[in-house]
Amino acid sequence: MSSVSSTVADLRGNTHRGTVGALDTVDSALDRAKAVDAGRDGLNIFVALDQGHVRTDADACDAFRSHAEPAPLLGVPVAIKDNLATLRDPTTCGSRILAGYVSPYEATVIRRLREAGAVPFGKTNMDEFAMGSSTEHSAYGPTRNPVAPDRVPGGSSGGSAAAVAAGIVPVALGSETGGSVRQPAAFCGIVGVKPTYGRVSRFGLVAFASSLDQVGVFGASVDDAARTMEVISGRDPLDSTTADVPVAAYSGAGGRSIRGLVVGRPTEYFPDSLDPRIRARCDAALEKLREQGAEIRDVSLPHTELAIPVYYIVAPAEASSNLARFDGVRYGLRVQGQDLRGMYEATRSRGFGDEVIRRIMIGTYVLSAGYYDAYYRKAQQVRNLIAADFASVFAGGVDVLFTPTTPTPAFAIGAISDPYEMYLSDIFTVTANLAGVPAMSQPIGRVDGLPVGGQFIAPHFGEATMFAFAYALERALGQEAHT
Amino acid sequence: MSASDVETLMRDWEMVVGLEVHVQLKTRTKAFCSCSTEYGAAPNTNVCPVCLALPGALPALNARAVELATRAALALGCEVHPQSVFARKNYFYPDLPKGYQISQFDQPLATGGQVEIGRNADGSPINVGVTRVHMEEDAGKSVHDRFPGATAIDLNRAGVPLIEIVSEPDMRSAREAGAYLRVLKQILEYMAVSDVSMEEGSLRVDANVSARRRGETKLGTKTEVKNMNSFSGVERALEMEFVRQVDVLEAGGHIDQQTMLWDGAAGQVRPSRSKEGSHDYRYFPEPDLPPLLLEKAWIERMRHDLPELPATRRGRFAEEYSLGDYDVDVLTADPQLADYYESVARASGDPKSSANWVMGEVLAQLRATGGDIGTFRVRPHDLAELLRLVRDGVVSHTAAKQIFARMVASGDPPAQIAEREGLVKVNDDAQLQGWLDDVITEMPTEAERFRAGERKLQGVLVGAVMKKSKGRADPRRLAQLLAERFGT
Amino acid sequence: MAVTIDDVRHVAALARLGLTDERAAALVQEMNTILGHMDALSAVDTAGVDAVAGVGAGGLPVRADSGPPIPLARSLDAFAPSVRDGFILVPRLSTHDTAEES
Repeated sequence: MSSVSSTVADLRGNTHRGTVGALDTVDSALDRAKAVDAGRDGLNIFVALDQGHVRTDADACDAFRSHAEPAPLLGVPVAIKDNLATLRDPTTCGSRILAGYVSPYEATVIRRLREAGAVPFGKTNMDEFAMGSSTEHSAYGPTRNPVAPDRVPGGSSGGSAAAVAAGIVPVALGSETGGSVRQPAAFCGIVGVKPTYGRVSRFGLVAFASSLDQVGVFGASVDDAARTMEVISGRDPLDSTTADVPVAAYSGAGGRSIRGLVVGRPTEYFPDSLDPRIRARCDAALEKLREQGAEIRDVSLPHTELAIPVYYIVAPAEASSNLARFDGVRYGLRVQGQDLRGMYEATRSRGFGDEVIRRIMIGTYVLSAGYYDAYYRKAQQVRNLIAADFASVFAGGVDVLFTPTTPTPAFAIGAISDPYEMYLSDIFTVTANLAGVPAMSQPIGRVDGLPVGGQFIAPHFGEATMFAFAYALERALGQEAHT
Repeated sequence: MSASDVETLMRDWEMVVGLEVHVQLKTRTKAFCSCSTEYGAAPNTNVCPVCLALPGALPALNARAVELATRAALALGCEVHPQSVFARKNYFYPDLPKGYQISQFDQPLATGGQVEIGRNADGSPINVGVTRVHMEEDAGKSVHDRFPGATAIDLNRAGVPLIEIVSEPDMRSAREAGAYLRVLKQILEYMAVSDVSMEEGSLRVDANVSARRRGETKLGTKTEVKNMNSFSGVERALEMEFVRQVDVLEAGGHIDQQTMLWDGAAGQVRPSRSKEGSHDYRYFPEPDLPPLLLEKAWIERMRHDLPELPATRRGRFAEEYSLGDYDVDVLTADPQLADYYESVARASGDPKSSANWVMGEVLAQLRATGGDIGTFRVRPHDLAELLRLVRDGVVSHTAAKQIFARMVASGDPPAQIAEREGLVKVNDDAQLQGWLDDVITEMPTEAERFRAGERKLQGVLVGAVMKKSKGRADPRRLAQLLAERFGT
Repeated sequence: MAVTIDDVRHVAALARLGLTDERAAALVQEMNTILGHMDALSAVDTAGVDAVAGVGAGGLPVRADSGPPIPLARSLDAFAPSVRDGFILVPRLSTHDTAEES
């Protein structure tokens, strides 16, 4: 990590006091990016990182000088996943079809960050249209894991995870559809949070699977992530799927005791096939929680094994529809064709990568006449069964669940070429997206020098409880989380 | 092809018609974003990230669209459902920015209505069922002939709220189809939910028509007929397509389910060149919009607060104002005219005269200027006052017409105009006698012939006095004085 | 339900994806493999289970019928591939009578 204290809390305080200037902070971040070789030929973290833009945004922090209370994220540089609409840098979604596209409006979460004094810091690399688990499916090349550069950082929000893991920024925004924040967080040894579906506005988040997508937060620490999540959460009239539920104080949960609370250990997430070293780390983490007075209880989520099939029907189906707008007509890449139809086909086949095409094909197929009931409708029904598993466990007195985040640590770049095998790395994360419940990953140790993540899953809008547990575990593990 | 050709065919063959009508709702902003719906703006100026379908944009439903759609559905006798679901209808077209239209599929806003379109000879009603009313958004406009080799897209209209009204296949002739459309339009006008103008595009009709031998209960294969832009166009298109289908069937062929396009200029239907079979819309519930939940109490309140339906108004006019069928039809043809008439009738206390004046002078004026009653210069209470002036004998009927003309030109009240122009009726015998003297002097031959017994010359003499008095003389009094003078 | 090359061509047409013959052939394989894993779902008893119809227990929120519209920070010309006289241009439709023909 950089020598200048770079926690959100410290940056905020120091910037407000004037000890550190926002411009200095971003310059340090830019230096750090150079130092860790974040560029295209190195870790390839950013699709766009424009010094001029970053410095202009840092200047905007001056407007907060006169405020009595420091803005919640004052002077904090936040890396932004490239599927969130920003006004200055392009929004490419890791795709050729949006190369150079600069959005004429900005996402609600970006506006909220800026209103909280934060400084949007570049656009990070990602699997194209968020479809992937390794950030190898980007039109702009793969991103490398800063902890082990021959390894993937995870995906689809690999660039944002790497930006935090490399110490460039303390927090970053990513997005989740099937684990795209938690899995990279686990692979990179940082904190990654997926909120309850409907907690955070999707207005300006380029849609992949609308009923699953959520903006997520990466943080170097639980506190960094909690503070950022507080700022971006809340109902947005521009997103009809956001909930009218007040935002609790997540960072305040740091002071809460977990004594007497119940942690569920779902058996389906600890199969016999689980890497025993990962199992050991998880059990060690659970032991820490027990030491702090939490009760550990074995529970079952019986429909867990159906989650991947359900996900890989529902998500591609919605994606096939969401990606129809990329047709070369109003923005983005346009490839001339013989006629309109030719233009559509040439634009889309040239503009979309293989994985995107694969998912559009599957999605279109499962929605098509004759297959809708057997596939899409059936999957949505089974999804309800998966959600009911969580509901009944939580109704039975469990406050939070704890599981491994991923079945393996980061794999090598190029190691997995079979699409379905890649899909299986989402096996522990996808259920939370399907059920809409909040979940987060935090580092709980290392295996062969590679980070391992442990995951908390809480009931709908139970972020405060979830963070309380996360703070407690982080405190209890201390440096063990990174060894 | 003549009407009698169709009639001949219809002895052996039955025409079965269902209509799908798309109606633009009169909201200020679009269905899913706050862009203005105002017509006539420069291309692509009433657009935003949502209706441009920019990456990341999301829909937010307009409450007024829901109200107007509900009002329309209730007015058509439908059951409005407390839960309805938006769905995506997926297809590619350049004026459909998202690549899907937000519509409703298997859980629409309303179902099960009915509209009376006329009466049988025995007085029983002819009803057409309304299968469903659902909400959806309009697409943009494609202009094909403005630039060579290109199609020009204007997305101002993309996202304007629509309702789609689907009828049961209950119509059995082009005339019934026309009647249904006219009744539908009038109801929607009365409900103030839309401008319902086919010319302006706020009402569009797609027709489904099939033919079957009389007595056959199974429905024939239907074709869809599109591209009509008037009610009479719909009627003609239906007849042409019916004749075409019967010709095919009589020759032993079968009807291909296809889309036909009406060519108004040529007066014929021809097959659309689109590829059938590629219309797999892959409907699924819109994940960006949770189900629309309407409280039963709210629906009931909407029903209670419905503006008066045309049929109710017609009944009320006949009864309250003792008007005959013809007068009722003319005065209730459009709700604004009906409102105008009613204000005049109530203010003047004379429904019969009010009817005559509104159907006569007022409508004549509107026809002459192409204006509409909503912006008509003569306010109802002023017209009512004019009627009172006539009834009280303050001005003659002839003078009233002149005063009315002035009112149209200036908007001034009638009493003021009458004073100003000296049109107040003269009842003073001395003045009347004076004018009579002048006329008798100027027209001695006619006067002599009248005295000699040619009673019909009374009109001429009285008319001459009317002219001299600029319409102010009281013709009845004049006639009396004339009779007295010549001792008849 | 095995996916055939005809299915792939048909689906690609629906999705307006221009596929080369090799890609189409490869997709037959890929789709069958992936969808094969989905067969597990057909064995699940879902009698009486709702299909998820959008998360959000409060139902759909509605907004007032008023502006202002969401502003665009730059005009259409700045990001649209082909604009003339304010119109967005596309190649002329070969059949231009009704929608759903492209």
